[in-house]
Order: sequence, then C-alpha cells, then structure tokens
Amino acid sequence: MEEKLKKTGQREGKRASALVNNLFLPILAVFTGLLAGAVIIAITNAAALTAWGHFFQSPLKALSATWAAVASAYGALFLGAIGNPKEIVAAFQNYFATGQTASLYKAIYPLTESLDTATPYILAGLAVALGFRCGLFNIGAEGQFYVGAMSSVFIGYSITTLPWFIHLPLALLGGALAGAIWGAIPGFLKARFGAHEVVNTIMMNYIAELLTSWLLEGPMKASGYRPVTPTIQVTAELPRFFPAPLRLNWGFFLGLAAAALVYWFLFKTTLGFEVRAVGSNPDAAKYAGMSVVRNFVMVMALSGALAGLAGAAEVLGTDLWIGQGFSAGYGFDSIALALLGNSHPVGVVLAALLFGALRFGATSMQSLAGIPIDIISVIQSLIIIFVAAPEIIRWLYRLRNIRIEQAVLTRGWG
Amino acid sequence: MTIILELRGITKAFPGVLANDHIDLQLEEGGILALLGENGAGKTTLMNILYGLYKPDAGEILIRGGKAEIHGPNDAIAHGIGMVHQHFMLIPVMTVSENVMLGVESTRNGVILDKAKVAARIREISEQYNLEVDPDTYVKDLPVGIQQRVEIIKVLYREANILILDEPTAVLTPQEVESLFRILKTLIAKGKSIIFITHKLKEVMAIADTITVLRAGRSVGTVLPKDVNPQKLASMMVGRDVNLVVHKNPPQPKEVALEVKNLFVRDERKNLAVNGISFDVHKGEVLGIAGVQGNGQTELVYALTGLLPFEGGEVRVLGKIMRSPTPRQILERGVAHVPEDRQRHGLVMSFPIYDNLVLCNYYLPPFARGLSLQQSVIVSNGENLIKQFDIRAPGGQVAVSTLSGGNQQKVIVAREFSRAIQLLIASQPTRGLDVGSIEYIHSRIIEKRDAGTAVLVVSSELDEIMALSDRIAVMYRGQIMEVVEGVKASKEYVGLLMAGIHPTEAQKAAALAEKATEVERVF
Repeated sequence: MEEKLKKTGQREGKRASALVNNLFLPILAVFTGLLAGAVIIAITNAAALTAWGHFFQSPLKALSATWAAVASAYGALFLGAIGNPKEIVAAFQNYFATGQTASLYKAIYPLTESLDTATPYILAGLAVALGFRCGLFNIGAEGQFYVGAMSSVFIGYSITTLPWFIHLPLALLGGALAGAIWGAIPGFLKARFGAHEVVNTIMMNYIAELLTSWLLEGPMKASGYRPVTPTIQVTAELPRFFPAPLRLNWGFFLGLAAAALVYWFLFKTTLGFEVRAVGSNPDAAKYAGMSVVRNFVMVMALSGALAGLAGAAEVLGTDLWIGQGFSAGYGFDSIALALLGNSHPVGVVLAALLFGALRFGATSMQSLAGIPIDIISVIQSLIIIFVAAPEIIRWLYRLRNIRIEQAVLTRGWG
Repeated sequence: MTIILELRGITKAFPGVLANDHIDLQLEEGGILALLGENGAGKTTLMNILYGLYKPDAGEILIRGGKAEIHGPNDAIAHGIGMVHQHFMLIPVMTVSENVMLGVESTRNGVILDKAKVAARIREISEQYNLEVDPDTYVKDLPVGIQQRVEIIKVLYREANILILDEPTAVLTPQEVESLFRILKTLIAKGKSIIFITHKLKEVMAIADTITVLRAGRSVGTVLPKDVNPQKLASMMVGRDVNLVVHKNPPQPKEVALEVKNLFVRDERKNLAVNGISFDVHKGEVLGIAGVQGNGQTELVYALTGLLPFEGGEVRVLGKIMRSPTPRQILERGVAHVPEDRQRHGLVMSFPIYDNLVLCNYYLPPFARGLSLQQSVIVSNGENLIKQFDIRAPGGQVAVSTLSGGNQQKVIVAREFSRAIQLLIASQPTRGLDVGSIEYIHSRIIEKRDAGTAVLVVSSELDEIMALSDRIAVMYRGQIMEVVEGVKASKEYVGLLMAGIHPTEAQKAAALAEKATEVERVF
C-alpha cells in the first residue's frame, strides 16, 4: 500500500516536472527575447546613444537614459496591450457604483483588442500545430487563411435573405471548407505522388494571394474605385460583446473552443492516436495497420480548415470586409507560435495571446514612445530563434538536465 | 609479452547510473582482448572514455606503462588508438579514398587533393593486411562487410596500433564474420593489438586471447578462453545460470495455418527479391527460415504482413486467400508480427509504453468506444502486460525510447503475444539482445507453439534457427533451397544450403568436411 502510494507520488512528480520543463524553456525564451529587444531599443535610441557618448563624464546618466528609453518603450507596449491597471480598477468601481459604461469601455479597450488580435493567431496556430503533430509542415496557413476569408466574405455579403443563425454558421463553414480544400490539395499530392508539402503549400500560398488580388480587382470588388469587397451583412457577423470601437467578438471563444476540440481530437480519440503515431513514426504506423497517406490528407484538410476558419473569424468578427494585404502575415506568424507552443493546443493558445498582445501593443508603443512597430517583429523572431534552438537558452542560463519534450516536427525532405 | 594498454580504476557515473565502477583492464601487445557484457553493462562507455569521448570521474589510462592524458579523439589517435564504431562513420556518396582521407587530407600545393597518393597508401595497407578494397569505388556501392574494411583501413591509415572494434559483427553475415576474423588474425600477426567488444559468446571463444567480462558497470573477471565454456561465460555475464539450449517437447502439428503459393515480391528498389516461393506452416509447429541476410527473407515477411505488395502468387491465411493484403487485414486475421527492425516498425519511440502496447488494437473495444480512447483501460492493460512480461521500466508512462533494447523487444512481444493470435511471424526476434533476453523470448515463442499457434521464425543466426525450428526452410537468392526436418538437420548441411550449394552436392561436401576436419564454424 505504502509502496503504491510512493509510486503514484513519483508519477505525479514526474508529470509536474514535465509541465515545468515544457513551460520553463518557452518562458525563458520569451524573457530573453524581450531582453534582447531592450538592447536593440537602447542602441537605436538617440538620447541613450548620446548619453553613452559621454559615459566617462557621467556614467549614471548613460544608464538612466538607457533605462528611460527601454522603460518608456515597454511601458507603452504594456499600456497598449493590457491597459492601465489602475484605470481599469477605477473604471470597474465607477461602473458598479454608477452603471456608467463609457469609462469602462475605454479602460478595457487595449485588453479586448489584444484578445481580438489573438483570435486569428489561435486558429491559425492550431492549424500549423496539428500539421506538426502528423509530421507535416504546413507552410500554407497563409494561403488557407486567404481563401477562407474570401469565401466567408463572399457568403457574408452576397446572401441577403437568411436569418443570422443560418447565415453566420454558413459563412463560417464556407471559410473552413475553402481552407480545407486548399490544404487537402498539397496533402493529396503528398499522399499520392510523394510531393513534398512544404513546396506545394508555398505554391498554394502564391495562388491564393494572387487569386485574392484578382477577385478584389474584379469579381468581388465593391462599387467605388478602391479594390475592396463589399461589407458583409449583419446576419453574417460574429456578434460583438461591446459597442464600437471595441471589436472583441464570438470569434475569440470560437478559437478557444477549437483549441479544446483539437486537444480532444489529438489526445482522446483513436483518430488523434493515429495522427500522432504517423507523425512520430510512419513506418510503425503502417505496420500497425494505419493508413499513413489517409492521415496525411485528413490532417492537411483539417489544418486547412482551421486556417480557413482563422480567416473567416477575422473577416466575420473584426474586419467585416477585405482589402489588399489584409492578412498581415497571420499564416506565417502562426508557424512561429506553433513552435513556441510546442505544438500543444494549450501552448498555442498561450503563445497566440502573447503574440496578440505584442502586435496590438506595438501600435501604442509606436505612437506613445516613438519606437518603430517593426521592433516587435524583431522580438518575435528572436523568441522563435530561442525556442527553435533551446541549447542557446540552456547555455545562457547554465541549465542542465532540463529537457524540453519536443513534438516531432518534420523529418527532412523525404 | 608487454602490456601495451592498461586501464586502472576507471569510474564514470551518469545521472542515476554508475556506468563504470572501478574497471581495470590490460591489453597485451599483439593480442585480442574481448570485452564481453550484456547491453548496458558499460562496455561502450568504457571504450568511449578510452577514445576521449567521455571524461572519466576517476581512474587512469596507461599506454606502454606511461600515463596518457586523453581529452578527445585527436589525443587518442595521437596515442595510436583507433576506433571502429558499430555504426559506420562513412559518407556513402564519397569514394573509399575520400572517406579514408577525411580529416587528414593529403594535398598538393596546400589546396589540391592528392587522391593518387592516398589511393597508393590504401593499396599498400590493403596488401599488407589482406584488406582487399578498391580505393576508387563509392562507399554506397559496397556491401556492409567491405564498408567495415574501409573503417579498419581508416584507422590503420592514421597509424593506429590499438584498434577498438565496437560490436563489429552485429551487422555482418556469417561469411563476413569469418572474413573479419581472418583480417583480425592478420592484424595481430603484424603486431597490432585489438579490443573486441561483443555480447556473442561463440565469437569470443573463437577469436579472443583474453576475455574481460563486464556486468552492470563492474569487471567480474578476466579469463582465458581455454579455461571457460559458453555456459560459464553466459552466467558470468548475466550473474545467474542461463539456459543456452531451448528445451522443447516434440511438436504436435495440426492443420495448416499459413500456405504460401508461388509468391513473388519486389523489394523497395523494385528488384525481384522473392522469386517464386511455396511453403506452409502448421499450427503447433515452428518453421524456421534460415539464410544469409539479404536473400529475400525481409521482403518475404514484409509481403506476408502487408508491408510490401505481391508481384505474383497468393497466400492462404487460416483458410482465407489473400493477395497483397493490407497490414490491418493481416492483423485482424489473427496474425502477430514481431518485426525485424524494432525501432523502425515495431515501436513509436516517443510514445509511452502503455500506448505502444495497444498500437495494433487501439481502435477496438475495450480500448476505444467509438472515437473515444478509453485511457483507463489502456493503462490497466499496460500495467498487466508490464508485470506479466517483466518489462523493466520506471513506469508505463515513460517513452519506450528510454528503455534498453531487450525491454523494447519485450514491449513488442508483450503486445503481439497478448492478442488472440493463431499465426506468429517473428523476424530476427532476438537481434542485438543479450543472453538473458534471448532466453526469455525463445521460451515465450516455444510456449506459443505448444499452445497451438503456428510460428514462422526468420533469422540469420543459424543457432537461433536450429534451437527453435521444427522444420527449417533455407532461403537463397529469393528461393527456398530445401525444407529440412529440424531434428535431422546438421549445422554444416544447413550452412552449405545457406551458401547456395545444391542439396545433393551439399550432402557430399558435408560428409567430406566432417571426415576431413572438425572445423569450428562460427555463425
């Protein structure tokens, strides 16, 4: 009895340490990325640089100028992404006391917008993560995002007579379906002809982007001279929680629900068992009677559906219409955040929240602190480098024996 | 004789395991020292210390009586120590010369590679040590045995006097083993000294001058071959008495379970590997397929288990005719498959033991209800099998990649044997395993036979075939030379059939050979 207790104790301990390991390195990577970003902010800041020029006359001044530059940048980033905590508390108190909503909405605006920005990241990140789990490198999330958004917007504006409870699901489904087809094509090409999905998803990205351009210039162009689509019908909109300009909508919860669904699919179903087996060892999967090629096509279709849904949620919840270059690289960033999230649905959600906050906060950082928005891309890239090469982190922090359980990504170009 | 190399008190600990515990070892100049031990006994760790890949926690290395500081392979090479790794370190798309000069390139004017000079030196070495190889062929075009020669030449090219060979016979055919042993004899005759790492008892008896046995990181003794026998060595290795002979009752064959008719199979490169084979396996008997590796046995098993399509012919499994079945059709017919390459086909290395134990029936009740996996049933099934098959692991949730080879094989055996099966196809079931695990798996196979299962065993280890089989089919170049009764078969006769010598001639030759000498053949 005692021994049994001891055994379960050990098991619990092991599970806890695995959790620490899986969280620890990504968190350190984010921290290091922000630290490196601070250095870049400091050396590109004119005031700080001048102060360093007089380092030997007044070393403290150099340090304080650097600190001021970094603090104002990250302070603005925080305010832009989350908001001012004091103001938020005050606004809530005011709301409960008086029932006034104006100040409340103003205070929670940054946070809700960050969550809204995170929505397409969650869905597209899940798309890439699902592919990774099956050993597939779906670089095509960007293209699938485009076709998903385009078909959703088309269903959204062209049909005018449906009630919302049919129109909205139809528009979402249309987006997911278009993405699924866009993903399934390279999946089929791989299964049938052994064509590598990396090459073909990249090609499908070009086709999707150029197709979108053409549609915006012609068949789907709204009246007027700008190349944009018409705005969708109200019946196709994902309902928003707060009045404009707050845009947080049901899409966010759609993303969370999708994450839960992907988790259930991967870890609790026989289909997910097959996907993971194929992803880890296709030879053993075949030996065990699983169809490797069928899994390739299925996962590419599901992955495409998630990316398509990301596009659908973006257009039905946030943008309501589509113009040139509307994706802002969601599909590509999603590869990065799937890596950061270690291809686990929970990890993907956390990484997407971080990316959403960084992206939206960056706008305020630019306007308040005068730091170019591109610094965020640099920080994101640094984070990914640290995640992709955990040895750097281990070396920097002198960590030993902490192993990150890495999901299988892809096995070369076979 | 002078002692060329001595290790004193070498100790090396890894987190959670003491890999080497005060190991002493002496190598005589011009001698072969066999380092014998089970997998995980610390042989490879010890040699990696000697080669400078690991730093020992304690202990010292003496070369010709002087203390040697070895901090890396370059130091080891400078001291005249060369290593032939178990997995060859060759670049397939380069020629023999290019591989040999890698890292110590000869050049003209500092930049232009002097291949001619290298080739000439290789020919010189070849001649001196009877290591025939053409310096200008590409490594990828060479058979495994010759690739190993290239590795040895590489070491000699760097003027090594002490050669370490890590499990050199694991990848070789019996003929290649014999040829390797001839090479080793030549090498010591010319004054080289050799450390030979292995867990195969017969090889040790055949080639070693002295034998040092390691068990669980400690040296359990150094003996001379004339003072021991395989039985004694096995118990030294394992630490208890071991059954080297499989005890079994006469077979009770019943109806036919597997009938193969005129089967043709192409291998992955589309060459005809199985060339019109017919045989059958009855319930309650073991049919062994003997043959030198690469004579179509792999492809035969792949075809029977659905991993390769048929080119022609048909197979009747438990009465049902099948042509190019899928793996799942075969599995659901009640066939178990212990695959040749356990890490490639048999296991998903990153999966926990629990999941690997249901790899073939995860989708069936009670492990699944509809789409939903029944985790609690999978865990309890795993716990039962871990206990029943004595799988040594810290717990069922650990990835199988953390297990030793023997325990990985036990996971496969547990999974395959625990299903309701009527036909068992086992390919190289004990390759690379230690004596203890071999004994265990053999007794389980015989247990299955006695329970009325039809068993097909494919192995390139003739000893294994002889020990298990009730009937022996010998494969040569994609065809069956002959099927012989297990009890009547002599090792010489089967060995000749394996070499492709026709039965009638083989009978004559075997008779002659027996009369002439008692040649100790090593398979």
